[in-house]
Amino acid sequence: MEIAGAFDTFLNILGILIKMAVVIAIVMLHVAYATWFERKIIAHMQIRLGPMEVGWHGLLQPIADGVKLLFKEDIIPAKADRYVFMIAPLICFFAAMSSVVVVPFFGSFTLGPFEVSGVLANINIGILFILAMSSLGAYGVIMAGWASNSKYAFLGGLRSSAQVISYEIAMGLSLVGVMMLSGSMNLTTIVEAQAATGYKWYVVPQFIAFAVFCVSALAETNRTPFDLPEAESELVAGYFTEYSGFRFALFFLAEYLGMIIMASFGTICFLGGWQPVPGLGWLLPSGVWWFLVKVYALFFMYVWVRTTLPRYRYDQLMALGWKFLIPLALFNIFATGMWKVLFP
Amino acid sequence: MLPELLFFYFAIAITGLSLLVVTRRNPVHSVLWMLLLFFHIAALYVLLNAELMAAVQVIVYAGAILVLFLFVVLLLDLKKEVEDEPYVDGWPVGIALALALFLSIGVTIHALEPAAPGAYTVAKIQSLTHPVAVGEKLYTEFLFPFEVVSMVLLVAVVGAIVLAKRKLKE
Repeated sequence: MEIAGAFDTFLNILGILIKMAVVIAIVMLHVAYATWFERKIIAHMQIRLGPMEVGWHGLLQPIADGVKLLFKEDIIPAKADRYVFMIAPLICFFAAMSSVVVVPFFGSFTLGPFEVSGVLANINIGILFILAMSSLGAYGVIMAGWASNSKYAFLGGLRSSAQVISYEIAMGLSLVGVMMLSGSMNLTTIVEAQAATGYKWYVVPQFIAFAVFCVSALAETNRTPFDLPEAESELVAGYFTEYSGFRFALFFLAEYLGMIIMASFGTICFLGGWQPVPGLGWLLPSGVWWFLVKVYALFFMYVWVRTTLPRYRYDQLMALGWKFLIPLALFNIFATGMWKVLFP
Repeated sequence: MLPELLFFYFAIAITGLSLLVVTRRNPVHSVLWMLLLFFHIAALYVLLNAELMAAVQVIVYAGAILVLFLFVVLLLDLKKEVEDEPYVDGWPVGIALALALFLSIGVTIHALEPAAPGAYTVAKIQSLTHPVAVGEKLYTEFLFPFEVVSMVLLVAVVGAIVLAKRKLKE
């Protein structure tokens, strides 16, 4: 009896570990190819070809880049705060990586005796977990900026953290409308609640929130037009100026991972998650493909914005966040509340 | 067995981390140890099935308050701070006060009697989900105190803006 119980526990833990390994491998592959995807899109928008040499149309370029970064020398500046400098990229990377555990990639289904769930940890506070992890990521950036003992890195770190903290408020408020409509902070429940409605996607009633979310997501991940923390004309590369080799690669991965997580987050909360586009369900075989299509559509938008818009000035960035997006998100909460009261 | 082991780990780690926070010479290091401390406290909440509290602990304390702390500390001139004598003179008084506090807490815990279990049992909270259970109480029974607290915070925010604005005019 006792042994059987212990064996069950062991099997459970083994199952969780295997799932984690599979999810990490797949997500990291997507992150690597997100860089290729972005370089290719930018290149074609600028009438260039982009990476073409390594593999067919540069398909092996991310692997070549990864190998190169692994074998580069890891330089730590003499006047840097050694341990904080070494830990900072790890914090950035792990904060981004742990957000993945609450992302539901597909609905649960049964495969023989096993029930396969589309999410690693189906917790009731999924939204809060992702927000908490994104605020932890800000620490990695501040620590990197401070520990490098360089003016450029320090300014980049301060800019980034101020920006992330400001836009986190707008992002959190924009998601309140979604929570009000679905009555839950569990990401799986949110997707299922959307499928049960007549309009299928929350972006229909929550279009204001979706706009606020998209702008805040760009700012949260330090992307153009909000990439002041790494404005190359003023700050070299911002907070990771002094980093090289694998530690630089960790920052780089964390940034792209953050983008994919924000795209997934937007897909889950506003675009119906793994549910197919209404009426087009026959096009793709299963939910996870729909999820990927939506995530890459949002990712494409990120890149599109990057190639189109110039960088904001710092005071414009703060004014947009505090004086426009936050009041707009608050109005959206009020409007959603009125809607729920008037048409229950 | 496992929850107890985890609790002992977190309890010991929290004590150790608190000591690290107050003994570091570099204030930035103190703040970073405190960040780790906050995460351990959040883990204690998770052990108590209070996942919402854990998330709030991380978002509010680690994500908002401590970042502002870190900002202030980063903008100080740390070179002098690091070389200064780390402790102030009146430490015997401090130790006496700390011991007195420890004693009074010990006496209080000894005299503590657990109240009768309320309507919100673990099973009920799990079926309701934690955010719903907290929300139901907070926005019905405790609505007035909740609004009072938000007013107090609003007054503080307005006060801070007024102070900052006056400086700008000079």
